[in-house]
Amino acid sequence: MIPFDYRRADDVDSAVATVTGNPAAAFLGGGTNLVDHMKLGIAGPELLVDVTHLPFDRVEELPDGGLRIGANVRNSDLAAHPLVRERYPALAQAVLAGASGQLRNLATTGGNLLQRTRCVYFQDVTTPCNKRTPGEGCAALHGYTRYHAVLGASRHCVAVHPSDLAVALTALDAVVRVRRADGERTVRASALHRLPGAHPERDTVLEHGELITAVDLPPLPLAANSRYRKVRDRASYAFALVSVAAALDVADGRVRDVRLALGGVAHKPWHATLAEHVLRGGPTTVDAFNAAADAELAEAQPLPDNGFKLKLARNLIVSVLRALAGEDTR
Amino acid sequence: MVNTESEITLLVDGAPRRLTVDNRVTLLDALRDRLGVTSPKKGCDHGQCGACTVLLDGRRVTTCLTFAVACDGAEVTTSAGLAVDGRLHPLHQAFLDHDGFQCGYCTPGQICSAAGVLDEARAGWPSAVTADVRTTPSLGEEEIRERMSGNLCRCGAYVNIVAAISEVAGKGEAGP
Repeated sequence: MIPFDYRRADDVDSAVATVTGNPAAAFLGGGTNLVDHMKLGIAGPELLVDVTHLPFDRVEELPDGGLRIGANVRNSDLAAHPLVRERYPALAQAVLAGASGQLRNLATTGGNLLQRTRCVYFQDVTTPCNKRTPGEGCAALHGYTRYHAVLGASRHCVAVHPSDLAVALTALDAVVRVRRADGERTVRASALHRLPGAHPERDTVLEHGELITAVDLPPLPLAANSRYRKVRDRASYAFALVSVAAALDVADGRVRDVRLALGGVAHKPWHATLAEHVLRGGPTTVDAFNAAADAELAEAQPLPDNGFKLKLARNLIVSVLRALAGEDTR
Repeated sequence: MVNTESEITLLVDGAPRRLTVDNRVTLLDALRDRLGVTSPKKGCDHGQCGACTVLLDGRRVTTCLTFAVACDGAEVTTSAGLAVDGRLHPLHQAFLDHDGFQCGYCTPGQICSAAGVLDEARAGWPSAVTADVRTTPSLGEEEIRERMSGNLCRCGAYVNIVAAISEVAGKGEAGP
């Protein structure tokens, strides 16, 4: 690890100005991913600006009935918050499905969104990786691909985004609030992360120096009937093979409205808009749910070791939708 | 001016400790190598095993993924610090009574994590196995297993660890 300077930020504008003006600077949140990357040689900032003491540490109710989650709200506090549990249960479930109790006590809301892929080739500096070093090549393409993408990948990168929280936020129409040197902007959670294309080194649409200050959840009545389910190689404390976040509003046996997002399948949380389109107005039958899943997965391109993800994703989508439609499938 | 070292103060098991650290030093290494506080253990050093768990300002955290400089002013309680005036914490006694360890290397982390689990359950926090996150779960064995999943035990003493924590949870003993 190279030596670095450390500053504890006490106001957001100077924190943003400092990092914006220094290409070798980085924001430090809970550190659970960045500190590890510094140890592994993946990241080498010369200045860390610690933003965890900025006053973005509360969950507030918005006048429209939505919630504003401060970027420094720890994952554990987010999952335990009574209004989150009551109005957006899939969000609480998603956070609780990630990491461990100790890590959730450290990790922040903003940092969770900006965590990087757990692709083993990305994390191993002795293997080529276009995300780590652009133009170097991708070891995963001819490697072990059980954990890699089946949707939206490119020949430059087949990594998946690891966040559970981001999948739930995508399904729940969340909006990310970003401070930058010349003001503020908002980004839909579903548009925060990118597909890799020719530039897998860029995980998100954020520019260097931009800082997430909050995530807004809109009032979304159907979110009260929402669910997050994650399938992984062990019962706890592992990243997703496939996960599903869904919210469903049913009336008279038909889908009035639905939100659906997938994790573990792509370089970004996958907003399943094709499936949503098929589902809206349709019946709440297994056949209809299967048809929706098939529509979403039609363009999938599995790799040698992860073809199972297609059937797994399909089954998981159907299972979660059935549960939300009132059938106990567990 | 670039400063790669920082002077920090930590309150470690009740004692104020002032030290100058290279900014690269993790809280774990500061505790063990600089302050001689060897209760938290270094296992994986990547946040995956939980052996380095302490209570930081009252909450269980891994100390290997936190720079010491970022903890300036914080209160650290290790498993050793949970014993007051030489009297074992109820979790210590329960781990002894139930044989909750073999080699013991992961035990201080297990103990601190368990103390955190008891506090979190008292505060009504749900977990990934809570059927309905709107409800306040009780700390049964399935809940304990899930909540302790960030602490690995290579000897495989899990069954007895769960029994030890269950006993303390059942008695409603106070944490630190």
